[in-house]
Amino acid sequence: MKKFNGTDKPWDLTSLPTTEVPKGSVPHAPTDDQCFLGSENIPEAPKLQEAVATIKNWFRASSLNVLAFGTGCGAIELRPLSTSRFDMSRFGITGAPTPRQSNVFIISGYLSTKTLKRAIRSYEQMPNPKWVVALGSCTINGGMYWDSYNTIKVLDLYMPVDVYISGCMPRPEALLAGFDYLMTDIKKGEANGWHHYLENLNWYRENQKQVINDWDLPEYSW
Amino acid sequence: MMELLPKIGWTMLSLFVAINYGFIINGVIRKVMARIQGRFGPPLWQPYIDIGKLLFQRNSVSHGIMFWLGPVFRSVGGIGVFLLIPVVVGEPRLAGFSDTGDLLLVLYFMAFGSLGMALGAGEGGHPHSPIGISRGLSQMTAYELPFVLSLIAVVAHAGSFDINAIIASQQGGVLHWNMFANPFAFVAAFIALLGMNMYAPFNIVGAPTEIPVGPATEYQNTYFSLMMIGRAAFAIAKMVLYINLFLGGASSILDAVIKIFVIYFWTVFVGAVFPRFRTEQSVQFFLRWPTAFGVAGVALTFWVR
Repeated sequence: MKKFNGTDKPWDLTSLPTTEVPKGSVPHAPTDDQCFLGSENIPEAPKLQEAVATIKNWFRASSLNVLAFGTGCGAIELRPLSTSRFDMSRFGITGAPTPRQSNVFIISGYLSTKTLKRAIRSYEQMPNPKWVVALGSCTINGGMYWDSYNTIKVLDLYMPVDVYISGCMPRPEALLAGFDYLMTDIKKGEANGWHHYLENLNWYRENQKQVINDWDLPEYSW
Repeated sequence: MMELLPKIGWTMLSLFVAINYGFIINGVIRKVMARIQGRFGPPLWQPYIDIGKLLFQRNSVSHGIMFWLGPVFRSVGGIGVFLLIPVVVGEPRLAGFSDTGDLLLVLYFMAFGSLGMALGAGEGGHPHSPIGISRGLSQMTAYELPFVLSLIAVVAHAGSFDINAIIASQQGGVLHWNMFANPFAFVAAFIALLGMNMYAPFNIVGAPTEIPVGPATEYQNTYFSLMMIGRAAFAIAKMVLYINLFLGGASSILDAVIKIFVIYFWTVFVGAVFPRFRTEQSVQFFLRWPTAFGVAGVALTFWVR
């Protein structure tokens, strides 16, 4: 198996992990129609079940708790969101200091392999359903850290991303637009990254173990 | 049994109204704090949305039976206090079960929720939980001193531990209220209320940016929403107790609503402008001036008699 990081040709996509890609997932930076993982295989539900799901999704979308875990430099763009200028609490979005009470995980910019371990642990401690917002170019293709030896380049290989916000760095307005996008998708029932993660846990685990050398996590850290 | 059923019905109804009023007050607090900080703030019904969202999520982790019993004890403490306090003067349908217990039982119930929560949260294993618990309990022992001193003054003035008798002793005009009859006890009790409601400067239990969330760090979803419900009931119950002890009780439901709102927002507005105390500063604060006011209140009662 080829090593993902430390290659001399990072633009060469053959250097990405070569494990079998599950259906509905994307092996590298997703294209437009691939942005939402596993949404094409959902069976049609009965009417009552559908109505209940709509109500549940409305509640979930109207009360997002963001895990306050600034992983990269983009965390500085999160602070203005709670101040009077941008004020994300208008949309029911608040910060939650503990993963047990949060729904949204914002990966803010680059993610070193050392932080990835903690990010995975935090992500798995969040109760379902949960969503990941990838902020900045570094989470899409490595950004300015494209040839760094200890940052990951494509976040989607290690965690199911629901919304990408591009830019280096995106402005808080872009972040608010991303939240709007996420809320719309939750209401439509299309933000199912968490479900995809549970279904394809082994695939994600293999990718994670390729970059984390000192793996000492349990197989799923509830 | 048959005469008990309508009483249970009325009590459940008043409890339902009280919990909803607690949620609405929570929404207003978020809005008011947002306006003070120059923001728009969340909608008034945001607490309901939060509760709904929490109920629609799954619990994914357990730390044992005692861990789950913590929020149950917490909400039982809040609801139990509310059941033992009459809400409106001379209205037996809204008096709950206040004829079966007196002020001493209410005091025990008020400590019951915090102690049960301490037992449950300690099981969570997160280091913030025991830190928050030790802070909260040390602050509790500190603010209970002026609070109980002011209660002694009120009880000695009325000559009874029965809350209905304490209300009856304050009837006959605004100047008969314990607020004016014994201003020292009033000041001591209302400073103790700041510590009880745990807004700044006494928010050392779930101190934001320090030990955020505090004891409830490991709690999630349905049990967390149970804690929110218990907290809403407890907040209203405390305010009703203060009305009965110092503001002469409420003559109507509207009167109760207005008085609860005014007393509650006294602690919110203090919280909006002050930074946070450290634990030992908070304990020392309660043991100085509020305790002195409490002693003066007791002395005043016995001197007037």
